[in-house]
Amino acid sequence: MTLFALIFYLLAALILISTLLAITRRQPVHAVLYLIIAFLGTAALFFLLGAPLLAAFVVIVYAGAIMVLILFVIMLFQRFPRELGLLPQWGPATFLGIIFLAVAAAMVFKDPGSGIILQGAVAKPRDFGLFLFDRYWLAIEIVSILLLVALVAVIRLGKKMGAADHEAESSPPICQTGVRRDSQNREAHP
Amino acid sequence: MIVPFGHIFILAGLIFAMGLICLVAHRNLIMTLIGVEVMMNAAAIAFIASSLRWKLMEGQVFVLFILAVAAAEVSVGLALVVSMYRRTGSIDPDHYDILKG
Repeated sequence: MTLFALIFYLLAALILISTLLAITRRQPVHAVLYLIIAFLGTAALFFLLGAPLLAAFVVIVYAGAIMVLILFVIMLFQRFPRELGLLPQWGPATFLGIIFLAVAAAMVFKDPGSGIILQGAVAKPRDFGLFLFDRYWLAIEIVSILLLVALVAVIRLGKKMGAADHEAESSPPICQTGVRRDSQNREAHP
Repeated sequence: MIVPFGHIFILAGLIFAMGLICLVAHRNLIMTLIGVEVMMNAAAIAFIASSLRWKLMEGQVFVLFILAVAAAEVSVGLALVVSMYRRTGSIDPDHYDILKG
């Protein structure tokens, strides 16, 4: 077992344990905090598998922007919602998840290529960027339009929310949408 | 020399199954969104592993798109959750029964 393999199994254990802790929490705040650890482990795994630029993006977008956005929204609720339990159907759900996992594992091990030992290779950020904007520039534009549409939708939802709160006032509630607009811009940047 | 290709896929499958269970079993809408995030994370790991195996950079390009789609999805989803919370005072989807006559 090489050093890289040791690092991989340690990272895999870290990601699995923190994700398992995250999905079993009742409080969303605790789940988000465990999930940040899982995403940092995922970023290290991306770095190990030769994608340093995407490792940086995962830290910035997933562990940074998205998780902080969820935490902000949880704090936006005036009185914290009481702890919600699991659905009564959590047993069959877990059973179906395990069946899915068994089928997926059988498929992976049936594949003759699954035993191939991966050789390390690194996609340098410069090469990756050149490749991306050389061949997939149209997809990048479409994704930017998607982010713009999401931005417009979120601002619209936020304005409707504010109008329901301040029905007597005629001025649009700028402060409520401003926070959301900032966080959206930060996500759209990478 | 890192690890066999199948081991990374098993890791991705385990994370995906955990996200699926979280998505289905929780009563809290924010936990449902977190489950979707976990599933997208598993898909990204599978794409990166395939990119390394076939030495093609398309896998990494797809992971970039997954990041952008996850950002858009979670922001719209959270805005909807907050909107429904303002309207009904609950983030339990069982309480969203105002259409009941």
